[in-house]
Amino acid sequence: MSSIYQDIILDHYRNPRNNGHLARHTHKVTVNNPLCGDLLTFEIYDENGIVKEIAFSGSGCAISQASASMLTEYAVGKSNDELKKIDKDIVLEMLGIELSPNRIKCALLSLEGLHKLLAK
Amino acid sequence: MKTTHDIRTDFPVLHNNKGLVYLDSAATSLKPKQVIDKVVEYYEQYSANIHRGLYKMSERATEEYEDSRKVVASFIGADVDEIIFTRNTTEGLNLVAYALGRELLALGSEVVTTVMEHHSNFVPWQQLSFENGTDFKVIDITSEGILTILDPHTGMPDIHELEKIISKRTKILALTYVSNVLGTINPIKEIINIVKKINPKIITVVDGAQAIQHLPVNVKELGCDFFSFSSHKMFGPTGVGVLYGKKELLSAMYPFLYGGEMVDVVSIESTTFKALPHKYEAGTPHIAGVIALKEAVKYIQAVGWEYIEKHEAELTEYALRSLDERFGKNMRIIGSRAAKGRVGAIAFTLEGFHPHDVAQILDESRIAVRAGNHCAMPLHTRFGLPATTRASLSIYNEKADIDALIAGLEKVKKTLSR
Repeated sequence: MSSIYQDIILDHYRNPRNNGHLARHTHKVTVNNPLCGDLLTFEIYDENGIVKEIAFSGSGCAISQASASMLTEYAVGKSNDELKKIDKDIVLEMLGIELSPNRIKCALLSLEGLHKLLAK
Repeated sequence: MKTTHDIRTDFPVLHNNKGLVYLDSAATSLKPKQVIDKVVEYYEQYSANIHRGLYKMSERATEEYEDSRKVVASFIGADVDEIIFTRNTTEGLNLVAYALGRELLALGSEVVTTVMEHHSNFVPWQQLSFENGTDFKVIDITSEGILTILDPHTGMPDIHELEKIISKRTKILALTYVSNVLGTINPIKEIINIVKKINPKIITVVDGAQAIQHLPVNVKELGCDFFSFSSHKMFGPTGVGVLYGKKELLSAMYPFLYGGEMVDVVSIESTTFKALPHKYEAGTPHIAGVIALKEAVKYIQAVGWEYIEKHEAELTEYALRSLDERFGKNMRIIGSRAAKGRVGAIAFTLEGFHPHDVAQILDESRIAVRAGNHCAMPLHTRFGLPATTRASLSIYNEKADIDALIAGLEKVKKTLSR
């Protein structure tokens, strides 16, 4: 099996997009995985059902950080309805790596965050 | 006497996985061919049920099974009918909690355990306390991973500290012999000696899962009331555990599991139970596993404690020193950085890197370690950490394994540095 630490993952891990806080947000949510201690906070600013800005903060493994970075990058400019359709498979495809069952949880923590934001 | 090379030759997993660096023996040890052969022998030669067959093959299986009990009893200095075969350490501890703890613990009494316990010797007591309205007390540790009831200079229990925690109200003290995360060896014998002085009626329940494969155990010398361990961590099959209990206690306790094999006479009105140890072994056990466990005991005896203790101490010392030299302050070892008074379970964090990433990148170099909380969440919380990476050593490891670990950790740094 090839490494899950592919260049694209490492790029997002080293230079996470949308990392930090928004000056203003419409919704905010924190999700965590107590087993590995990953903790991510997401903030979103939307107008008329369209994501204008999104940011994440918190700590976690390279996979959860890269996944949050990629997912927030993807979310900007999309409608809430469109984002609600994102499922596990889309996230894994976005990451482009094969993950063991134990690590899939790391990759999907940010999806849980996004879905919780959209449900608000 | 066997050399490390001889020992490695005995473990088929090491041949079948060329390049494997196995540093997860605290989770489960590898199995020597002698043990595997014995499992196969049972299934191929005399795979009958035990204790009830009137034919030769069943008699043979029963003899082999009961012979295992003798071998295990003599291995830990117990009497034969004080040995109960279980599924694992956890089941043995739960047996004590259900069969004795439920009766002993009541409103106004207390149970004491430690923050360094594996969940298996923590959660049963905690939950039983909730159920029975018992006080649940937890002994803390120092930042070096030493129980606070010990004198920091001598490492021996301090009666004044123990008197603050243990009293006549304390019905049960549950503690581990060796920590599966810190590697710390607790002075069990001395602790038990003092707590019995404070309260002669206290029941002591020892988790021996991480001790049994690393140091010679004699339950009578330790003075404990119960001692539970698993076969699979001492080179035996998975699915088998051993619970030692003092005869008078086991005789007085109610059974844990009811059903076949453990009864004497059953009528609509009542049931009488078999004598020890069968009273606690309901249903068909893991016969092959129990039979092969004695080969694991014999294997340990053939290797010898002299080799085991010397080899593991040297390797632990080498590992701690190498990690310290290479990574210094960037590596946080949970527990003692000194090899003395501990076994080779080394849990650490590497500054700036997540324990799961560390384990995963090590796996890319075929180095098997574990990441997570190692079934010891209260302990990790005590250190303010959600998870650590743990490398754990055994008789078949060699210095080259430690060198591979160091090189693997260098690769982690290289891969993930920002």
